Amino acid sequence: MRQRERQLGLLYALPLSVFLGLTFLAPIVLVAGFSTMPEKVFELTHMPDFSAYRTVLAQGYWKSVAWSLVLAALATLILLVICWPLAYAMAKVFKRFTLVLTIGVVMTLFVSENIRLFGWVLTLMKGGLIEGYVRSWTGFGFDAPLYNVPVIVFGLVYVYLPFMLFPLAQGISMVPDDARQAAFDLGATRWQILKEIELPLAMPGILVGSLLTFVLAAGAMAESKLLGGRAVITIADEVQTAFTYGQNWPLGSALAMVLIAIIGTLAIWAISKADLDAMMGRKS
Amino acid sequence: MKTSRLASAALLAYGILILAFLYLPLVSVGLASVSKARYLSFPIRKYNTDWYGEALASDTVQNLLWISLKVAGIVTVSSMVVGFLGALAFARYSWRFRKPFQKLILLPIFFPQTVLGLALLMWINALGIVPSWKTAIIAHLVWIAPIATLIVSIRAFSFDPALEEAARDMGATQWQVLREVTIPLLMPGVVSAGLFAFLLSWGNFPLSLFTTGADSTLPEWLFAKMISGYSPLVPTVGMLTVAGSAALVALGLILAWALKRLRPTT
Repeated sequence: MRQRERQLGLLYALPLSVFLGLTFLAPIVLVAGFSTMPEKVFELTHMPDFSAYRTVLAQGYWKSVAWSLVLAALATLILLVICWPLAYAMAKVFKRFTLVLTIGVVMTLFVSENIRLFGWVLTLMKGGLIEGYVRSWTGFGFDAPLYNVPVIVFGLVYVYLPFMLFPLAQGISMVPDDARQAAFDLGATRWQILKEIELPLAMPGILVGSLLTFVLAAGAMAESKLLGGRAVITIADEVQTAFTYGQNWPLGSALAMVLIAIIGTLAIWAISKADLDAMMGRKS
Repeated sequence: MKTSRLASAALLAYGILILAFLYLPLVSVGLASVSKARYLSFPIRKYNTDWYGEALASDTVQNLLWISLKVAGIVTVSSMVVGFLGALAFARYSWRFRKPFQKLILLPIFFPQTVLGLALLMWINALGIVPSWKTAIIAHLVWIAPIATLIVSIRAFSFDPALEEAARDMGATQWQVLREVTIPLLMPGVVSAGLFAFLLSWGNFPLSLFTTGADSTLPEWLFAKMISGYSPLVPTVGMLTVAGSAALVALGLILAWALKRLRPTT
């Protein structure tokens, strides 16, 4: 019985493991290899000299890294505040509306990010949905709130909302009603219940949601390109430019490695903490 | 400590507000797609649906549609198979490397897709393969097969191992257990994984961008048009892809509802 389970587990895991080994791990190793090559070469046969990393340090690429991290942190914090009441309601208050919300929010994920961000450009631009109608009704127009840093954060908040909302709702659903009731009966205020009961007990969901949002937002570039008009250049954008226009694979690889190191550390830390069996409700 | 009526109503309003916020840009795209003007400006004075006719008749759009469909179709079937097998290893069986396997599955989901696309492009080049829509299938699968595995796993986690054991005790072979017990029980999970796989592949842009070579998918074409200046076909083709996804989701929901009605006990 046990013996059979062991063999079957290994057998069934094999296709996906081999596939990811060849198409996920191997390319990362290749990128790591290229990042050590002299600049502007297209083969791995040169002597590694790590000059691309020196360029990363010397050319001010750290600014893009810092911008990406700051934007991602801002988006994560804002999403935490915006999503908490809704996630709470989905887990504890709504009945049928939870299903409507779930389907409604998941549906947006299936629409290409490009189209949705393009929709925001049409909504916010001068002569767009908002400004156009306001001007035709009141006679007063205003400048488009596009092509600046706040609108990039806005775009990140918009695109990554589902990635915060669902883990948060999952986390809050793990707070037992009895614990809240008991705290309330003992005279705790609404604020105390939030701070002492709900936040600590929902912490797994809060952590998963925040990390997922942060990691995805740190690797994003469409928001800054389409909405932000490149008011700031994100690190993912720098990576792409180095590969395409720059034709400098080692530099692109070195920049990619910086991003991979930051995101990888966070993701691996989070994944090693999370007990997936418990979170997804495995029956022993 | 029941939530008061007033608070419930406020939360409901908030939920509707968030949904409206999520769909507002699509309303703009939708309105733009039926505007008659070549240069879009709100409020829209004249409506017509000519751009739809033009989009559907265009060879470019038909070709893009066909490539997107091919890629999404093959990604769907492959991730259903791989996801089914992977989920059993992920959730059901106790085997030695189960925990590392679970972690390996999660990593690609967290990975920035632009960087993944570029890394794959370098890898494809190093192997001497010419990128085309076929390599895009591989790229999509790196990200989508793990998601499919997770979706089937949710189903597999709630599955009672005693059912398989009972079948085996009564003399069923391994193949019979799989066919008569495991596959039917996991089927709803496999179908929703397939639905997700199709929709995620259909709308994917960052992975396609670097791995399709000379071919192009719908989201790629839309992006190229968006950054090169406004074209009335952009909102129209955008709305067509949205309509395609919406129709598929509606079909999935109707299917789920019908199955529930047919089998009220399960």
